[in-house]
Amino acid sequence: MGSRASTLLREEEIEEIKKETGFSHSQITRLYSRFTSLDKGENGTLGREDFQRIPELAINPLGDRIINAFFPEGEDQVNFRGFMRTLAHFRPIEDNEKNKDHTASEPLNSRSNKLLFAFRLYDLDRDDKISRDELLQVLRMMVGVNISDEQLGSIADRTIQEADQNGDNSISFNEFIKVLEKVDVEQKMSIRFLH
Amino acid sequence: MGGFSQMKLAVNFLTIGLVLLSLPCGSYTEIPPKPPGSVTVLPPVKPAGGPQAFPDAENSNLPVFTMNYPRIQVPFEVTLWVLLASFAKIGFHVYHKITFWVPESCLLISIGLIVGAIMHSVHEEPPAVLSYNVFFLFMLPPIVLESGYFMPTRPFFENVGTVLWFAVVGTLWNSIGIGMSLYAVCQIEAFEVQDINLQENMLFAAIISAVDPVAVLSVFEDVSVNEQLYIVVFGECLFNDAVTVVLYNMFNFVAEMPMVEPVDVFLGVARFFVVGLGGMGFGVIFGFVASFTTRFTSNVREIEPLFIFMYSYLAYLVAELFSISSIMAIVTCALTMKYYVEENVSQRSCTTIRHVVKMLGTISETLIFFFLGVVTITTEHEWNWGYIMFTLLLALVWRGLGVLVLTQIINPFRTIPFNFKDQFILGYGGLRGAISFALVFTLPDSIGRKKLFVTTTICMIMFTVFIQGISIRPLIEFINVRRTNRNLETINVEIHSRLIEHTISGVEDLCGQWSHYYWKDKFLKFNNRILRKILIRDNRAESSIVALYKKLELQNAMEILDTVSGDINAGSSIVPLHEEKKGSGKPKRKFVAADLMNMHDILSKNMYKIRQRTTAYTTKHSLPNDSRTKEILIRRHTSIRRSLRPGSLNGPNEAKSQKYFSLPPGKSLDSKFPPQRLRHTGNDDDETMSEVDYPSARSRFNQPSRSSSRAMLPLRRLNTLTEVPSSSVVDLVDERSGGRGAWGRGMSRLNSSSSDSRIPVPRHDPSNGPDNGSSGDHDSGDHRPEGEQQPLSPTPAWAAEPGERDDSGTQKPLLRPQWKTRKP
Repeated sequence: MGSRASTLLREEEIEEIKKETGFSHSQITRLYSRFTSLDKGENGTLGREDFQRIPELAINPLGDRIINAFFPEGEDQVNFRGFMRTLAHFRPIEDNEKNKDHTASEPLNSRSNKLLFAFRLYDLDRDDKISRDELLQVLRMMVGVNISDEQLGSIADRTIQEADQNGDNSISFNEFIKVLEKVDVEQKMSIRFLH
Repeated sequence: MGGFSQMKLAVNFLTIGLVLLSLPCGSYTEIPPKPPGSVTVLPPVKPAGGPQAFPDAENSNLPVFTMNYPRIQVPFEVTLWVLLASFAKIGFHVYHKITFWVPESCLLISIGLIVGAIMHSVHEEPPAVLSYNVFFLFMLPPIVLESGYFMPTRPFFENVGTVLWFAVVGTLWNSIGIGMSLYAVCQIEAFEVQDINLQENMLFAAIISAVDPVAVLSVFEDVSVNEQLYIVVFGECLFNDAVTVVLYNMFNFVAEMPMVEPVDVFLGVARFFVVGLGGMGFGVIFGFVASFTTRFTSNVREIEPLFIFMYSYLAYLVAELFSISSIMAIVTCALTMKYYVEENVSQRSCTTIRHVVKMLGTISETLIFFFLGVVTITTEHEWNWGYIMFTLLLALVWRGLGVLVLTQIINPFRTIPFNFKDQFILGYGGLRGAISFALVFTLPDSIGRKKLFVTTTICMIMFTVFIQGISIRPLIEFINVRRTNRNLETINVEIHSRLIEHTISGVEDLCGQWSHYYWKDKFLKFNNRILRKILIRDNRAESSIVALYKKLELQNAMEILDTVSGDINAGSSIVPLHEEKKGSGKPKRKFVAADLMNMHDILSKNMYKIRQRTTAYTTKHSLPNDSRTKEILIRRHTSIRRSLRPGSLNGPNEAKSQKYFSLPPGKSLDSKFPPQRLRHTGNDDDETMSEVDYPSARSRFNQPSRSSSRAMLPLRRLNTLTEVPSSSVVDLVDERSGGRGAWGRGMSRLNSSSSDSRIPVPRHDPSNGPDNGSSGDHDSGDHRPEGEQQPLSPTPAWAAEPGERDDSGTQKPLLRPQWKTRKP
């Protein structure tokens, strides 16, 4: 089981991940066991098909996008670090982190990083703008088949209209943040990871 | 309401007719055998002037017309009663509103009461069929088998800790609490019940604290509760049998003894483990034996369903033999068996099994409630206001307290903690039913106050079933009433919030339910390596995705076959928005407030809710239905399918927006998969469906690209499909066991069922109407007209079910863990 041994998690790695993501030791080990159980090929990385094997993701309307969010730009395999890095976005913000000084680099689970994650679900081409088409795509995924295209188009137009402030007919990240300012993103976009 | 009242009248006449017919039946008990050729005289009946029916002493002609009632008496009565109860059931559904507000169990008991009253007034005895043995040996097993067979296994195993906690500790708490308090009440002189000692009180308390699966399920299925709650209550009912049996036996034993010694308590605990674990053990053993047997039944397909029933019944009886928990035995047997057997048996057998299980369960349940009503009238009662009232009160109080305390303790261990609403339903939904009733009848007569106990139990059952059963629905609706004011939100917030919710639920699923995951994973490995090889006939490793894909293809095929060829523009039935200007530029449209309302409305009605935390588990009248799931699956299946394709889609124009749909070049799927299952290129659809002869249907899918990917099908439910596919989709959703077995089985279900019932000639002419215009019209942008089947066409058939749209449901599915640290 040579390949297996090399994928066991070492203490230093756990420490590094802990520093980078803020998860606790036991959370990391739990997530690691999940990672390995998903990793059917046992080569220490996950590919897209590993994610798609999860039945609940198959019936999630945004399943593809979520899966895609785990893979860095242009790559098709993700290792455990990358996996944890993505999951770190969903770590709840603890009270003692709220008042961190802003000179340190922003933690992955800050409000703005959470919003960036959501933003990137829309913005596939990474041009930092949600165009009308991108919005329509996501809307179409989320909405049942009963809605006609005109209606969906109107909804998309209205969405852009509400958010757009600089008139470029698309939603930039700052506009996105502004629109969601009243929403309790910290809570909504948090998962309670068990330890 | 002319039609309705006529039908009701007809049903009533029929019912009364049947009752009257069965009345004389009851008066015959033992019939001494008579020499053949003679008849038993039926007193009131004498054919007037007809042929010689009754042999006179002198007349020795051949009797032309004879009647021999006693010979058929018992089966005849049984059949009549079953028919009677079933007619009552039909009668209820004539008028839908009744069953909406009043659970069926209440109605059945009422009819039983009426019939009992009729019988009592003519001084008839109820048929001797309702005895202890008959109940426990014949009526209870089918119900429990049905419950166990259709139990959703994944949620069950995820909640098994909670279930056992409530079942064991909860029942203990209830029994001891009620017993003690009743004893205290007995001390009050005014109630004249001082002669009931502590042991008898505890015995009685053990009997009535047993929450009854029959009653609970029949109420819960009318009220939509969320999956977690359903599983916990359901599991609790099933598993508290072990505790009840032990307590009952223990206190029974003790009630006859003058004193209790500490060693008896210790023995009681040991006995509990024997009972519980023994029951489960027997169930598992029989389950495995049954699975193993079905491995070899490929040549005797006709009797395959028989094995299921025989083995589970055997498990039940053997458990009864050793006085261990037979309910647990049969439930575990069904759970174990189901997975393997459904892979081994043929499609038809599988359908047969499901249907027969359901049918038997429903009949038994109907009969039980019916007889409950009948026997209520005809037994002797002893009424004691104080005792009865206090029992009712204490039962409620202790159950409520018990739920509160237990939930507090176990909530930290749950990933989805129970909020107060859940706890209320848990507590309030603790209905008692026929099990308590049967148990109380078996109390030894040495207990002086047995009649009082019987009366109290019956009151308890009536109270819980009627009052609690009827009122639980309005209460739930009342609790659910809080809605947030949608209109203050902007469209943006609504859309983005929903996106976030989907994301969160997706990531949560991705991370899995960890506390159980370790064991589940180990079990799965064990399962795949050893068990499947032994128990399943031909063990094909099948990727869940492949199975899913095949299932979807087949579903598409069937739906296309099934729909009328007319095209309906799916959007036409929805109120269009104002001002549909389609300028080439991008005019700034003014959105009137009415438009906004419309938009909000549309979004709230049509956006997919997050995954089924709130599926109504209606296992009584139909198998669970997940049409939204199907929709999503079908719409996404192209992308799933594409991801299986070995890198054939890596075109440059796809790189930008489609890159996540293709496999990395040079890497194919797991080499474990047998190659013949993997041909997924567009023209090879027929090979993946090799088991089905669907040639003509196949050819459809190679049609040239249809630019329209819009749903063009009539918006009605495809009745022929709801049965089988829904169950397999439920399997899909439920069995997260690495997916293979369940989905493979689901796939084969769809296979033969369709070949049984359908002519594989597509009538549907794919003359899809005009596309709705815009070229940006594709389903998540992932359709390419490559001569492969356009998946969207069959989707919308379920779309317009108004019953599914739950307006209040935008906020309802948000049973998310309430984030505690946010509260200041």
